Amino acid sequence: MFGRLTIEALPLYSAIAAGGAAVTVGGALLVAIVITWLGAWRYLWTDWLTSVDHKRIGIMYIVLALIMLLRGFVDAIMMRAQQAMALDSGGYLPPEHFDQIFSSHGTIMIFFMAMPFMTGLINIIVPLQIGTRDVAFPFLNSLSLWLTASGAGLVMVSLVIGKFSTAGWTGYPPYSGAEANPGVGVDYWIWAILISGVGSTLSGINFVVTILKRRAPGMTLMRMTPFTWTALCSSVLMIFAFPALTVACALLALDRLFGMHFFTNAHGGNMMNYPNLFWIWGHPEVYILILPAFGIFSEVVATFARKRLFGYESLVYATASIAILSFTVWLHHFFTMGSSPNVNAFFGITTMIIAVPTGVKVFNWLLTMYRGRIDFHPSMAWTVGFMVTFVIGGMTGVLLAIPSADFLMHNTTFLVAHFHNMIIPGVLFGYLAGYMYWFPKAFGFALDRKWGLASFWCWMIGFYLAFMPLYLLGFKGMPRRMEQYNDPSWQPYLMVAAAGAAVVLLGIACLAIQLIVSIRDRRKTADVTGDPFDGRTLEWATASPPPAYNFAVLPEVGDREPFLDMKERGTAYRRPTAYEDIHLPKNSPVGVIVGLMAGVMGFALIWYIWWLAAVCGLVMWIALIARSSDDDAEFRLSAAEVKQIEDARYRRIGSRA
Amino acid sequence: MSIATAHESEAAATHEQRALGFWLYLMSDAVIFALLFATYVIMVNNTAGGPAGRDLFDLRNAGIETALLLVSSTTFGFASLASKTGNRGAVIAWLVVTFVLGAGFVFLELREFAGMIAAGAGPDRSGFLSAFFTLVGTHGLHVSMGLAWIVVLCGQVMLKGLSVPVVSRLFRLGLFWHFLDIAWVGIFSIVYLPGLL
Repeated sequence: MFGRLTIEALPLYSAIAAGGAAVTVGGALLVAIVITWLGAWRYLWTDWLTSVDHKRIGIMYIVLALIMLLRGFVDAIMMRAQQAMALDSGGYLPPEHFDQIFSSHGTIMIFFMAMPFMTGLINIIVPLQIGTRDVAFPFLNSLSLWLTASGAGLVMVSLVIGKFSTAGWTGYPPYSGAEANPGVGVDYWIWAILISGVGSTLSGINFVVTILKRRAPGMTLMRMTPFTWTALCSSVLMIFAFPALTVACALLALDRLFGMHFFTNAHGGNMMNYPNLFWIWGHPEVYILILPAFGIFSEVVATFARKRLFGYESLVYATASIAILSFTVWLHHFFTMGSSPNVNAFFGITTMIIAVPTGVKVFNWLLTMYRGRIDFHPSMAWTVGFMVTFVIGGMTGVLLAIPSADFLMHNTTFLVAHFHNMIIPGVLFGYLAGYMYWFPKAFGFALDRKWGLASFWCWMIGFYLAFMPLYLLGFKGMPRRMEQYNDPSWQPYLMVAAAGAAVVLLGIACLAIQLIVSIRDRRKTADVTGDPFDGRTLEWATASPPPAYNFAVLPEVGDREPFLDMKERGTAYRRPTAYEDIHLPKNSPVGVIVGLMAGVMGFALIWYIWWLAAVCGLVMWIALIARSSDDDAEFRLSAAEVKQIEDARYRRIGSRA
Repeated sequence: MSIATAHESEAAATHEQRALGFWLYLMSDAVIFALLFATYVIMVNNTAGGPAGRDLFDLRNAGIETALLLVSSTTFGFASLASKTGNRGAVIAWLVVTFVLGAGFVFLELREFAGMIAAGAGPDRSGFLSAFFTLVGTHGLHVSMGLAWIVVLCGQVMLKGLSVPVVSRLFRLGLFWHFLDIAWVGIFSIVYLPGLL
């Protein structure tokens, strides 16, 4: 009846694991109680969970990302604490638990923090920047969100019922195979990734069609904002790279479930095929995450340096070249696998080549700042911090691109330092810059600057303290993922790294305080005009938060910086002579239902509860078929209603002026 | 622009967006097939002392499967043509013929699989057989999904008639069905022919 699920699955094997489970369950209960106390279930369901409005979906993605950032960071600080104290001793975490923690840290930060954060920002901003009313497939958007959320849910459930994978975030066989790893941990990892991976592929399709087919009149490709360009390239990569992850994980699942021999030791398995499949997705994934951040930096630099972006075309071509080259470097993740020197040399050279367009972009930003009147808004601080730090990470990457050097550094903490040095400034700083830049657009009031800057400095200092020692430890030969060690010369470095993690914790606390303080002061920082930063692009041309239809009349675009152009020509804020009826997509519960069913189905497959998996699969199909037969998915907002909403907006602007 | 033409151009834009979205989905599906093909080619000699392709494959069976699938693509084409002239009965009739041919294909494939498993050549026998069953089975699963989709669309044509959204869906089902033909041609030429020659 319940497959291999028994009472043994509860995490009573260690006090720390049980504590983690208690915090998870307690947190969920607390949220449920607060919602009930506020009587907000109906509001939550009708206005948010079932919403297909791209702005609300985007906000929900970012809420998910911030929650998962907390969870992933707890993992990180636990690892740093363990390594700081584990000289000649077991520290405080048993190996089995430590292994789960580094596996879930990587899985969460990539799939359930960075991906949703990026998808959320693209969702909120790109339709506004291209001047359209919604994405091409609003329902699919909701479906993607809930598939991602149910993947994240599975990772959280693994904290309470059963264990998570101990095979690292990459899950290499044969260790992740059934023979070495018969428990449920790897299965949690596989199904969380497969389910959310489908969501990401669908998001990619949705964004590409939106950007290619729904731009406002006059917005040619070369008039799109840098963020839209990077979102486009990143979405193309999502469409072509995520299938590789799906194949890698699906084949591993077939090995584990049906005793097949794709990656096994015996019976003609070829375990080295797995890293190939995994990194054919994995390397483009780095650029899927980082390109949109580059786009954000480009927007932020232009706005806060009050200058047109330097070398727009070179930035666009650099973005496109990175997108293509990202498919030609995957083997550098396993130079030590034993390919011939010529193969390794080929991938070493392509890896060095991909650094060139990235370097081009750094000059784009630097020269945009040059002689600009820079306003050090927190977003700008994240951007400058990124430029300085990212260049260091890029250089260590070029170092690792030399196969002979990589043989020495492979699987040491040097590598750990390198990729955190790319992803924390290159991805997270970018998304946080975007979060602080576009927050007033999404909510109608600005975030507090002081706490934003405080958070930036804590992250920046904490980052250097946490990761520079790891470079040195890598040179000293410390392997990654060590639960304990017996070389006393490593410990001082690990203590500094732990202190760095503590400073980052302060940075996260500042983020939370910033949010609370800003909500408290929301009347003082209200964004009445919709344009708090003297913006240049279309998202600032509409109200903050934008109405459901974004633009009452679709804007005509005649320039690369259309809103600045409108302000200069005096056509901004001009009331249209007449309004038209607007068709908008209706909310739909099908996305939530299918996402929930996919999560429960994943859970059932993890625990071999076959009947439950079949029931969930059936419900999903019925819901999707019913939805696909629905020809009445839109409602009409009459011109009079639009006029009413717009008149109220102009009254607010007028009273302010 | 009059209201009627505005409505029409909106419907055309919707159709165009969905067609592009569906093409992109097919391309991502093509990546899945490409990687399964690559995996098969890597593993084709990893028989682990078990049977190889030439011991297992039957060219006659594969030939009939090919014929069924290719003819079903043609009959689907007739359904598409009938939808252009608004002939509802003909659309349903050709969809039914397509369904029967596709179901015949799936039946033959399942019979082949069952025979192999009964002969001790199941997917857990060797890396080669794992790759074979997964590649061919993934295609078979796609065809089965296509069959379910044909049933759904037959129902929609009957209940809703050849309305604009229904014809638009029929177009995308067509893309899907013809795409599966191309994938099968790949399977026939990379799996069955080299296995026997």
